Amino acid sequence: MAYADAVEFDPTRDYPLGRRRPDLVTTPSGLRQADVTLDALRAGTVDGDDVRATTETIKRQAAVALAAGRMPLAENLLRAAELAAVPADTVLEIYTALRPRRATAAELEAWAERLERELAAPRMATFVREALAVYAQRGLLAVHERSPAQV
Amino acid sequence: MSEVPRRSERFVAREARELRKELLISPWPELGLVAFDGPNDPEPELVVEDGRVTRIDGRGPDEFDVIDHFLALHGLDLDAASEAAALTDEALAHQLVDVDVPRDELVRLSRGLTPARLARVVSMLDPVELMFALKKLRARRRPANQAHVTNLKENPALLAADAAEAAARGFAEVETTVGVARYAPLNALAILVGSQSGRPGVLTQCAVEERRNLQLAIRGLVTYAETLSVYGTEPVFIDGDDTPWSKALLAAAYASRGVKVRFTSGGGSEALMGHAEGKSMLYLEARCLATIRAAGSQGVQNGSISCVALALSVPGGTREILAENVLAAWLDLEVASGNDAIASHSEIRKTAKLMGQFLPGTDFVTSGYSVMPRRDNTFGGGNYDADDLDEWLTVQRDWQVDGGIEPVGEEEVLGVRGRAATAVQAVFSAFGFPAISDEEVEAATHGSDSRDLPDRDRAADVAAADRMLADRISGLDVALALADAGFADVAEAVLGMQRQRIAADYLQTSAIIAPDGTVEAAVNDPNEYAGPGTGYRLEGDRWARLRSLPHELDPRALANGGTDGGPPLLAELAPAGRGDSPREVVVAVGPAFGDGLRETINGLRHEEVLAAVVAGVREGGAEPRLVRIRRSSDVAFIAHDGARLSGSGVAVGLQSKGTAVIHRADLQPLDNLELFGMAPLLTLASYRAIGGNAAGYAFGEPVGPVPTELDNFARAKLIVTTTLLHARETAAIVPDAPAIDVTLA
Repeated sequence: MAYADAVEFDPTRDYPLGRRRPDLVTTPSGLRQADVTLDALRAGTVDGDDVRATTETIKRQAAVALAAGRMPLAENLLRAAELAAVPADTVLEIYTALRPRRATAAELEAWAERLERELAAPRMATFVREALAVYAQRGLLAVHERSPAQV
Repeated sequence: MSEVPRRSERFVAREARELRKELLISPWPELGLVAFDGPNDPEPELVVEDGRVTRIDGRGPDEFDVIDHFLALHGLDLDAASEAAALTDEALAHQLVDVDVPRDELVRLSRGLTPARLARVVSMLDPVELMFALKKLRARRRPANQAHVTNLKENPALLAADAAEAAARGFAEVETTVGVARYAPLNALAILVGSQSGRPGVLTQCAVEERRNLQLAIRGLVTYAETLSVYGTEPVFIDGDDTPWSKALLAAAYASRGVKVRFTSGGGSEALMGHAEGKSMLYLEARCLATIRAAGSQGVQNGSISCVALALSVPGGTREILAENVLAAWLDLEVASGNDAIASHSEIRKTAKLMGQFLPGTDFVTSGYSVMPRRDNTFGGGNYDADDLDEWLTVQRDWQVDGGIEPVGEEEVLGVRGRAATAVQAVFSAFGFPAISDEEVEAATHGSDSRDLPDRDRAADVAAADRMLADRISGLDVALALADAGFADVAEAVLGMQRQRIAADYLQTSAIIAPDGTVEAAVNDPNEYAGPGTGYRLEGDRWARLRSLPHELDPRALANGGTDGGPPLLAELAPAGRGDSPREVVVAVGPAFGDGLRETINGLRHEEVLAAVVAGVREGGAEPRLVRIRRSSDVAFIAHDGARLSGSGVAVGLQSKGTAVIHRADLQPLDNLELFGMAPLLTLASYRAIGGNAAGYAFGEPVGPVPTELDNFARAKLIVTTTLLHARETAAIVPDAPAIDVTLA
């Protein structure tokens, strides 16, 4: 652990993280890649839902993308980092809300607020509000309620 | 009675060819049936006010459609835009093919270009320039390929066996889909186990509806998705039931679960869906690609994809598709460059199209090479399939180009197929799924397609698939089941794919995974091509591997065949002098005849050939005399030397491989009376007739030429053998040695 604390993450040099900085990548519960073994599976110390990237790891991947000059990819990964902690069903509900004419302005705004306050996802909240403004202009909001923009 | 005008039989024959099953149409720009320069393609325009994009390609904010809005907010780098604005279209186009302008510089400039400008600049390149630009702009240094693995019966043993073969052949990604949606978990499971049996590190996906796909990903059963389709006009985007925002959200959702994402787009889709707005295929694809980059996708599969035949129906279609791929690479996207859907009935035409991607190399040369016969391809793909593998490998070898497929011998293929089928059999058993029989394993290993496999209880399989989701069976469970069944290495490989999700390295651009688990992406394996000697070159061990096809022969071994090692056929007498009988016809044979070589290229024994010629000469009333020419292996000189020794001045020259000439002493050596170059088609009757004609010439009689057949493929088939046989004849030459009289030993 001392090593991890001592050596800062360098997005220009530390990719691939799995090879170059295994000390920095863990599952949400703190397991390292090397801890995910057949013996550990047999012993029942690995939970299937736990074997995935953390918000922190995806943020580091965003930093790698940014260091490589890939701004939109980095933005996408930062949105992904926020969604990593959001339950899958909720993510799919947001997806549905963003599809054409699925949600009213109020519903999209409600999602934005929830993302911001409840789900610690400010970038996603901004993203949803941005969509809301454009959808209002392009007639892509749900029609079962008149949104202010359509008045 | 009206008379039907007589047709040209050649036109009629051409109309019957496969090519003519396809329609070629003149452009109809209003419907989007035009490759480049649609009547409504806007003039490039980009206006920025107070740091905000206010006009894109002829439209202001009030006219922006949903795509324009998205691009204005996410799709343009304003610093790059002002830099690019100072360059002419010609200057940008020139830089695309200027070997001294690095990729990084071009990628940076691309971020400041609107779709209309992107399309305009790239359309200035001709086909070879496009290929060069693609070679230079590809994101990852090393090209790769993707496989399709499906079958009509959705048989898990066959899916596993095909995925394993794909992996063993070097495909970096394997994609499956479903005929029946509920099968998805089982199909994903089968290709996961199969691919990791063939080679660890292969990425897999199951193309299904997004929610289901995400479920499979969360369980660690798949690792990538390329189902995110984008369209270039708002009405089609909306008909596709998405917006740029919903697609971008989906991309982030997949990434959040450690799934590599690639979008899909391609020219012609807007026309097919009825809303091309009078715009060209290339311009609309430029809008798609700009949107895809803006959404933060690492890559795209594009190049018309499933609409390829529509793009090919209009003039310039093949060039337009290549231009699409170049645009995607220029925008720094990983490119899986189509060539999966059937482009043409014509083998010539579809392969001519393929060369645009194959020669420069792309991140994935095809977005799905059908590892199994195309009748089992449920993607509607199979442009190239199992039957075409040897051709693909040979074309790689011909061009010294890496198309991402490795040659593997039959024994090894049977080995990996059998092992994968057995592994998935064990996993089914461990989970209590409907048993996979030994008969299925056997058929999956050795059979051609799903017709060779017994039918399964599909209702029971679907129930198992449902249970797989209900019981939350994950990649970890699969690894454990494999380990318990004794498949330790496959278990470790499946577990390795689960570990990959923790580091999520394969979310970076153009990522593939090496067998040792190292992720190779544009970040750590970038294409830095800068002219001859740089970038990815097929050489060294990789070239040795790709060029060594299982059916390649060692010519040294070939060259030593054909002799039975017995005593020479001919006994040598004395140096030959000129004969004085006007009835004499010399039969002159080459240096190796009946000695180092014993039969012709057509497999005729030399003693029988000689007997036939001699009999023919005698039947013509002349007297044969046998001579061996030792100073030359060339049939013209063998025959002409013979003629100069012949009392009648006429001789038959015979090379050991069977080529024959009738010659006369007063002709120039390279002239002749009759030449029989088609040795593979000559029979003993031919040689007899040759002898007879020689006799006729000796007597000055009028002689009709010996009828011969023509096979223009003989050369392609036999030129190697000819070369090797001729090399042996040449090796038997005794320089300056006089001809020698011979007799049958």
